Amino acid sequence: MELLTPALGLFFWTLVVFLVIVFLLKKLAWKPILKAIKDREDSIEEALNAAEKARTEMNQLQSGIAEAKKEAASERERIMKEANEMKSSILDQAKKDAQAEAQRIVADAREAIQKEKAAAMTDIKSQVASLSLEIAEKVLTKKFEDKSAQEALVQEYLETVSL
Amino acid sequence: MRHVKSGVRGFWRVKNFAFLLAFMTFSWSFANANGHEAEHDSTQNEVAGHENQNHHADAHEEEGFTAANMSSTILHHISDAHEWHFFSVGGTHFSLPLPVIVYSEQYGLDMFLSSSFDHHTHIYKNYKEEHGHIVLLNEDGSEMMRDGNPVHPTDLSVTKNVASMLLAFIILLLIFTSVAKGYRKRPGQAPKGIQSFMEPLILFVRDEIAKPNLGHNYARFTPYLLTLFFFIWVNNMLGLLPGAANVTGNIAVTMMLALLSLIITNVNGNKSYWMHILWPPGIPTPVKFILIPVEIISIFTKPFALMIRLFANITAGHIIIMSILSLIFLFSENGMNMGAGFGVSFASVPFAIFLYTLELLVAAIQAFIFTMLTALFIGQAMPAEHH
Repeated sequence: MELLTPALGLFFWTLVVFLVIVFLLKKLAWKPILKAIKDREDSIEEALNAAEKARTEMNQLQSGIAEAKKEAASERERIMKEANEMKSSILDQAKKDAQAEAQRIVADAREAIQKEKAAAMTDIKSQVASLSLEIAEKVLTKKFEDKSAQEALVQEYLETVSL
Repeated sequence: MRHVKSGVRGFWRVKNFAFLLAFMTFSWSFANANGHEAEHDSTQNEVAGHENQNHHADAHEEEGFTAANMSSTILHHISDAHEWHFFSVGGTHFSLPLPVIVYSEQYGLDMFLSSSFDHHTHIYKNYKEEHGHIVLLNEDGSEMMRDGNPVHPTDLSVTKNVASMLLAFIILLLIFTSVAKGYRKRPGQAPKGIQSFMEPLILFVRDEIAKPNLGHNYARFTPYLLTLFFFIWVNNMLGLLPGAANVTGNIAVTMMLALLSLIITNVNGNKSYWMHILWPPGIPTPVKFILIPVEIISIFTKPFALMIRLFANITAGHIIIMSILSLIFLFSENGMNMGAGFGVSFASVPFAIFLYTLELLVAAIQAFIFTMLTALFIGQAMPAEHH
């Protein structure tokens, strides 16, 4: 029972010592310690958040860069394509123009040839006519040198003419 | 991050454990050596002093160490005393005299050192020290009696336990002001030295005891809980040192701590807490009249359990270690049968070492439980109003 009987003196001193240590430690130790720990935790938290934020920002930046690259590539492609198209259209146009020109030249030439040919034909015709007349004159002259031949021919004509 | 944190914590656990182990082996070797010496020397001393002590009360001191007086010897070791006795060599006692402060109607307030008591008669002026208590003497030197009982003065002496508590006070103050200095010197940086030993413990109290039990109110009570935890722990540990006092194994100490828990709990009790005690909601009225007394009793049983738990755990640990070591002297029959004593020591010493290790664990666990339950009770007394 001795053990279970609290002694007044010790009871009293425990109160005094404990309350004083509670007060002193709160003042001298716990307040600064807990504050310092809290501050440090906050700063670590903050640093982590900042790092996280920087990382997301970097990611965004990187994706932005990729986007820009992609855009540039597609732009280049588009420009190239346009250039190609323009080139081929210019070539086509040139080809067409050249062909038309060639055809025009050929047609002109043909026409000129035709004209020349016609002129030459007329010329040849007139020469053939005069030549034939000359020949005919000469033949006739020679044939009708004797009188009997002339009369025979008239007779022949007369016979063919039926009235 | 979570992983890194737990890794660091794990490291600290290992380091703390190593420290405890080293500390334990060191202190135990002292305990053993001193224990042997003290027991041996005291028996010698008492045999020598036997002739001129014709009216000495302590039975065991007259007859040496026997099964019959074993319990009184052990109880004497775990009880409070007016002087701090370390050990005796031959007839010389090595002890620290402590101030005795007594007040009585008859003789008024008196202050003197415990060494003033006569070594044999244990008398100084009108005071006699008997089994750790002071009784008043009449002017003629006879014991003052009232209704057949000896008269005790109001004793506010700085006893062995008070002195040990003051030592704990100084240790706590030195350690934690130096820890605080570390934080002031290196703000925002990793802890160093003693600071890094204490930080996990401080965080443990804050994060595992205060926060889960007190919710958003935790900051208000964390300083008190921290002090409570370290006060009990340091006193438990000091109690394990050889020749030390048994502070937390004294019911007056645990009663005071439990009383403070009771006061803090009920002072901070909110409306909902008191409603649950005085008019429990949602219960048929006749049942309320059964429940209300139970609730009122429970206000006191909770801190009462705190008081008994700490006291019993620490005292039991001390008694067991003492008993196991006493077996050596019991079997050796006071040096008459050294062989048996030596033989038994092979069993008792390792077992005592084992128990000592266990006690180191208990020292921390009981400090934790006391603090944890105090936090829990405070938390229960201030539940959210919507409950």
